[in-house]
Amino acid sequence: MRRVRRYVLPAYALLAFVYLLLPIGVVILFSFNAPSGRFNYVWEGFTLDNWLNWDAVPGIRDAVIKSLELALVSTIAATVLGTLLALAIVRHRFRGRGATNLLIFLPMSTPEIVLGASLLTLYLNMRIVTGFITIFIAHVLFIVSYIVVTIKARLIDFDRHLEEAAADLGANEWTTFRKVTLPLLAPAILSAALLGFALSIDDFVITYFVSGPTTTFPLFVWGAARVAVPPQVNVVASAIFVVAILVALGNVLWGLRSRRTALEPMPQALPVPEQLHHAEPA
Amino acid sequence: MGWLHRHRSVTPYLLLLPGLAWLALFFLVPLGFLGYQSLQTGTFESGYTFDWAFSNYWDALSTYHEQFVRSFAYAGIATLVALLVSYPLVYWIAFRAGRWKNVFLLLIVAPLFVTYLVRTLAWLNILADEGPVVGALRDLHILGPEGRLLATPVAVVAGITYNFLPFMALPIYVSLEQVDQRLLEAAEDLYASARQAFLRVTLPLSAPGIVAGTLLTFIPAAGDFINAQLLGTPRQYMVGNVIQSKFLELLDYPAAAALSFILMALILVALLVYARAVGSERLTG
Repeated sequence: MRRVRRYVLPAYALLAFVYLLLPIGVVILFSFNAPSGRFNYVWEGFTLDNWLNWDAVPGIRDAVIKSLELALVSTIAATVLGTLLALAIVRHRFRGRGATNLLIFLPMSTPEIVLGASLLTLYLNMRIVTGFITIFIAHVLFIVSYIVVTIKARLIDFDRHLEEAAADLGANEWTTFRKVTLPLLAPAILSAALLGFALSIDDFVITYFVSGPTTTFPLFVWGAARVAVPPQVNVVASAIFVVAILVALGNVLWGLRSRRTALEPMPQALPVPEQLHHAEPA
Repeated sequence: MGWLHRHRSVTPYLLLLPGLAWLALFFLVPLGFLGYQSLQTGTFESGYTFDWAFSNYWDALSTYHEQFVRSFAYAGIATLVALLVSYPLVYWIAFRAGRWKNVFLLLIVAPLFVTYLVRTLAWLNILADEGPVVGALRDLHILGPEGRLLATPVAVVAGITYNFLPFMALPIYVSLEQVDQRLLEAAEDLYASARQAFLRVTLPLSAPGIVAGTLLTFIPAAGDFINAQLLGTPRQYMVGNVIQSKFLELLDYPAAAALSFILMALILVALLVYARAVGSERLTG
């Protein structure tokens, strides 16, 4: 009985992973399908044509480029705003801190459809023509909260001693920030930015409300889904998936490495009492 | 920089200014406009005028109460299933997966790297009438010979569950990861069985993760319309479908705005109840 029970949990985990990964496998598999008709639902044969001619479908190339442009500019803007917000919240005491936290939290707890709908009413009432700029505004808005949360988590267990050391050595606040704080925060800012990029490139609901005539890749898929989805859509989605997984893996490994080097004792030339004190027996 | 140094108390406000201005201008102000729009009457052709038309809310609720109930029921079931699927999975990763933890975690979030619409469309392939799942279920006589999964609530709920499962799994993993192993050893020393140790130590300590995961899954699920649209039929439509079509197809802005407000209000009420139960600091971090 015990022996059987030992395998229940791993078997369950395996099944859960099959469930999670099966659709991804289907997406990638059907990017190599050669459907005879318009519908790419049933497997009919292997081909590389879809990958070689991924932009053969009218509009798909423009949509992908538009998505990448949007994700890039929205991520940059949201990362700057989010980093400043996180620094203010973690580093400073000020009036209205609770309200600030709430205002950052609220967009995350609002359904996307309400965010999209309310922005659309704003644009309609102010007679703002929807397009690239209005999508950009919306993306920065919904990404920024996630960026604040990601960076905040890192800032809270941040070693202030290094900054104090810099100040003791005569660096002013700006130099300390540039030479100490920013480099140490860089991995957190990068992960936040990557998250923002992923959120932006994947967003459909909000974009759908505020896009006007502009078509991003998810909007292109939506349009295609009303008729028949060409296998090229699977090609683009698979390509985005592969790049995202590689970047995420790189980020995980980089995080592991920088954490390890940070924890490694300093070279013996510098016997710092603090570290000797904390050194663990081998 | 000298000026800043002399006025240090100004620094946080300068850091906050751009971000908060963005949130205020493009989140709070639009919500105001949404409220304003929801109290208007008229038609798209003749134009809408503001006249405190609270009846819009009543009309929205009485006409679409079915879709509201469906949204919350589907979202509730999906949240529960996501919890049941992901808890044992992340438990295994947190306590049994050893050094491969991060790789397995990456596998959990992997679905999020496939464009939302495309991964939902993949379920069309999997659940198709001539596909393997329906075939197997028909052979097992769980489904009749004409039985199907697409265009049923099962397909829609399955799609919602799949799409938001990572948001349930990650917070639970984080809370399990922080469970102090010494507490479990202590429980064992005090002759607790494995089951007792789990129920009395591990499960309560992972409660914050369950709470966060529930919110992160339930909120987007209740507002979703993509799964119902792609995997269901109008008989499975949720509030999101109604809002979407009223806003973008029928151009009936006041009704759409009222529906959006009701949806948000209902979710906020649910959230406040939750916040009271678990403490608000845990929610906003």
